[in-house]
Amino acid sequence: MNTQTRPRVGLFVTCLVDSLRPNIGFAALRLLEAAGCDVAVPQAQTCCGQPSFNSGANDVTVPVARQTIEAFENFDYLVAPSGSCAGMIKENYPELFADDPIWGLRAKNLAARTHELLSFLVDVRGFAPRGAACKATAVYHDSCSGLRELGVKAQPRKLLGAVEGLELLAFEGDETCCGFGGTFCVKYSNISNSIVGEKAANVRASGAELLLGGDFSCLMNMAGKLHREGAKTRVFHAAEILAGMAGAAIGEEN
Amino acid sequence: MSAAFDLRVDKALADPQLKIALERTTGNARRKRALAVAAWPDFAGARTAAAAIKDHAIEHMAYYLDMFERNALASGAQVHWARDSEEACAIVVDICKSVGAKTVTRSKSMLGEEIGLPHALAAAGLRRVETDLAEHIIQLANETPSHIIWPAAHRTKEDVAELFANFHRDKTPTTDIESMVASARKELREDFFSAEVGISGANFLVADTGAICTITNEGNAELTTTPPRVHIVTAGIEKIVADTEQALQLTRVLVPSATGADLTQYTSFHCGPKRPGDLDGPEQFHIVLVDHGRTRMLKEMPEMLRCLRCGACLNHCVVYRAIGGHAYGGAYPGPMGSVLTPIFDGLETTRDLPNACTLNGQCKQVCPVDIPLPTLLRGWREKSWNGGMEPVKTQIAIKLHAFAAARPALYRFGQSFALPLMRFFAQGGWISKMPLTSGWTAARDLPKPPAKSFMAQYAARKGTGQ
Repeated sequence: MNTQTRPRVGLFVTCLVDSLRPNIGFAALRLLEAAGCDVAVPQAQTCCGQPSFNSGANDVTVPVARQTIEAFENFDYLVAPSGSCAGMIKENYPELFADDPIWGLRAKNLAARTHELLSFLVDVRGFAPRGAACKATAVYHDSCSGLRELGVKAQPRKLLGAVEGLELLAFEGDETCCGFGGTFCVKYSNISNSIVGEKAANVRASGAELLLGGDFSCLMNMAGKLHREGAKTRVFHAAEILAGMAGAAIGEEN
Repeated sequence: MSAAFDLRVDKALADPQLKIALERTTGNARRKRALAVAAWPDFAGARTAAAAIKDHAIEHMAYYLDMFERNALASGAQVHWARDSEEACAIVVDICKSVGAKTVTRSKSMLGEEIGLPHALAAAGLRRVETDLAEHIIQLANETPSHIIWPAAHRTKEDVAELFANFHRDKTPTTDIESMVASARKELREDFFSAEVGISGANFLVADTGAICTITNEGNAELTTTPPRVHIVTAGIEKIVADTEQALQLTRVLVPSATGADLTQYTSFHCGPKRPGDLDGPEQFHIVLVDHGRTRMLKEMPEMLRCLRCGACLNHCVVYRAIGGHAYGGAYPGPMGSVLTPIFDGLETTRDLPNACTLNGQCKQVCPVDIPLPTLLRGWREKSWNGGMEPVKTQIAIKLHAFAAARPALYRFGQSFALPLMRFFAQGGWISKMPLTSGWTAARDLPKPPAKSFMAQYAARKGTGQ
């Protein structure tokens, strides 16, 4: 493949992966490179700004969003291992700058080239993992933003279907919110607890050994609840399985 | 969160019966709706068309309301206009008094709940008889509805059996649904025929005929509106549609979304009072058209005026399913209620409602008229933030986070201290308790962070040429 056909991808790591689960970031890097991309990780990235935007604080979100736009607008694509953060940049940045002709245009321009990792691999790159193996039963949780804002549903299943030995089981409530909801889960901890409790019960009832998904925020919410309840379910981001980097699961010490 | 909301939520979460009752009702509704939608090849198209019908009527609301009033007057109806709930209730009470009413029957109407009509009737010394089965249950229990389609969604049938055994003349204890319905029917029968006034809501106001349309399942609406001498309709002005065909088209998306059925058992059009030669019907037919915040919504959130009150957003909402309707504290619960209640009661005391939502988008997905509920809820959060109504602690946390997030060097400097510090609180791979994270760790464990962030590890790898 010559350089002309290798798209330049800026990896938006996401703040939670950056701070709590770097392995997902490295798995994303490996997958994007295997899919024929030149990947860079701009240093001027932190958080997409969802905590403040979803709190209604547009004023303080603006500088965060501008910084992200500046850091990524010169790449062919922005790719994030999260439907939630990609959705924020794709759907909400243009909304945030709706009344700003210059930044509005820049936001729309970046939005058009922003993708969630798993759907990017399938839809844009036509990627199929080679040599990935994982002998286990798993359930897949469809995270809300990816599913409803970006239409991520078939892509992760297609990718995981190519993993040798992995058996995906159906489970009750796979499209139901896990109760994370960003700041919701700490502001309304008791309601969130009830929602994630139902989710954990459904995961356990499936009997699957693994819980997989495409958003670390939801995964850590569910993993944290499952662990609190003493369940043995191991939780991974789908990218970790696909990249052959599923060593220690979330919460398992290296 | 506010203390009052907090108390209501805690009470709901501590009630295991509530969860069982809610799951029976909403679980059933979700399954039936899914089947109905799956069996309809172009439900998405019907939904888009329905939203367009409502948008057209909303955009030309004054025109169609004027047409409706003219046609209603021509049919012999009397039309009243109410700016707010006080005016609306006063009009209804005055009509009741003018005909010397002692007993009024009422078929289920959420608008009635919204304007506080049950309370106003009681205050005026009128005996109110709720004729919808679930409303009858609520009245016996001295409660308010907890769901807009199934007002008694918070009660199990075992609960209701106990209520009936206590309050009905027939004291035979039974949890057999048919026997319970028969008992309620016997209880209500006399009142249907002795009431001087029957009050109903309206699902649609049909502009080109001046008729109002009610869609119901139990037949109680017909017995409430036909035998009494006087029929009073209370309806929000957003119920206006151009013609009968459009009313029926909206019914076709409303009913499957609500119950999964194709149509309700009864779809009735009421047009004017009893005419010479008619075998039955009321002598007086009053229509009270209520604004109560709707002209404000026309400016601030016109999409919300599309709402058909089907309840699909409640049935699919993880928060509603966890806390039930009463915890919301308004006439309307769930996502649509969290958008509407701040309009009626003011945002200051209701800001928890739009905040207590995960913005997961399922409500919008199942809405038969595609109302962007998450966007509207976030809109309230914006108003709350801009109005300084958010708790000071939240404001400081959000501002600090955003300040650091806009300064990558500062952000990473802070992170380089925070991660090792957090590791100090970990046992095994998890943190189950540490300062400042109680919101998270009250419900679940937090995975132990790495010693170095992804960005730090990545920079180190780049530096060593890896």
